[in-house]
Amino acid sequence: MYAFELERPKTLDAAKAALAGDEAQALGGGQTLIPTLKARLASPAKLVSLAAVEGMSGVKAEGDQLVIGGATTHAIVAAEAALTYPGLADLASHIGDPAVRNRGTIGGSLANNDPSACYPAAVLASGATIVTDRRQIAADAFFDGMFTTVLDEGEIITEVRFPVPQAGAYAKFVQPASRFALTGVFVARFSEGVRVAVTGASEEGVFRWTEAETALSGNFAPEAVDGLSVSPDGMIGDLHGTPAYRANLVKVMTKRAVAAAS
Amino acid sequence: MSNVTMKVNGKPVSGDVEGRTLLVDFLRGPLGLTGTHVGCDTSQCGACVVHVNGEAVKACAMFALEAEGAEVRTIEGMAEADGSLGTIQAAFQEHHGLQCGFCTPGMVMSAAALLKDNPKPSEAEIREYLEGNICRCTGYHNIVKAILAASGQDVPAIAAE
Repeated sequence: MYAFELERPKTLDAAKAALAGDEAQALGGGQTLIPTLKARLASPAKLVSLAAVEGMSGVKAEGDQLVIGGATTHAIVAAEAALTYPGLADLASHIGDPAVRNRGTIGGSLANNDPSACYPAAVLASGATIVTDRRQIAADAFFDGMFTTVLDEGEIITEVRFPVPQAGAYAKFVQPASRFALTGVFVARFSEGVRVAVTGASEEGVFRWTEAETALSGNFAPEAVDGLSVSPDGMIGDLHGTPAYRANLVKVMTKRAVAAAS
Repeated sequence: MSNVTMKVNGKPVSGDVEGRTLLVDFLRGPLGLTGTHVGCDTSQCGACVVHVNGEAVKACAMFALEAEGAEVRTIEGMAEADGSLGTIQAAFQEHHGLQCGFCTPGMVMSAAALLKDNPKPSEAEIREYLEGNICRCTGYHNIVKAILAASGQDVPAIAAE
């Protein structure tokens, strides 16, 4: 690692001030960023840890929404969202391994937007709202391609607001070495229709499979997508799976997610 | 350099560290607690697992300064007051849950974290909880047996006997 200064502000205002400089970067749980720093793929002059910022961690129900603080760890979401949004808690309980879940945060995962991360699928399928220190961003407008979001420099995810669906579930085909999704699909059924979000498959990062949404809105059953197919164009190809393999997994994992949610 | 203060195995400690100093390097270097191992240094293998405020974390994926004010427990804090092996450690010895021993500190700390939350885990729950701890010697069966024994449960014959 190159040398940097590490700050641990206690308030959101102090965190904003600390991030105002050019070379400053926010630190969530560090489960991706610290290995990245070790590989010298990032070299911030200053890291601003958000872990100690008051009011940034926790899970609470507000009306028909589940509100999760940006610095909330996966382990806390797994434990505290289990009754209100079991599909989301299940997703959180299978990210990485137990020690990673005790450190990694929802805000860090979303800001990083790894194309194989689990949380982006839940956020996009749920139609969640990402709240930052300066605005509210709809999930449909938040993700902007692999490892890219619409967040500005120094913008802090303070909370994520999830509308709780009538039924929702995530099915992940695990890449066993990294425990990321080789392909993962989150389905969420709302009274106004079904949303389907896919992670791990596309070179553009998380995306909605709209044909499946239409089919499942008419019939929320695994066989509803039997007649659909996904093009391998633009799918990720690597030593773990070809684009055609991933395209097929999109359909398979959608069916499994629907079965789990039904 | 910044000063960091924490409690390690019940004892208050402090020292000057850089922003980039990892918790594991603070434990192994200035504190001389070399029981916590660095295996992969990419947060995959779990040899460096310690407890911070009661939760299992990978000490190679956390900065020392992030443990400011925390209660940290390492493998050196797992023995009984008289220096004899703790329950989990003794079970690892009894059931041959280690060969080269490199992964063992992390295995024991992960096992302790599991048993705190789930005092009577099933074999499947133990295997799932150890997802982030890699052992290249044992094939895991004897580690699973040791944890079953440490939880006071019967130790069944597991495959590959």
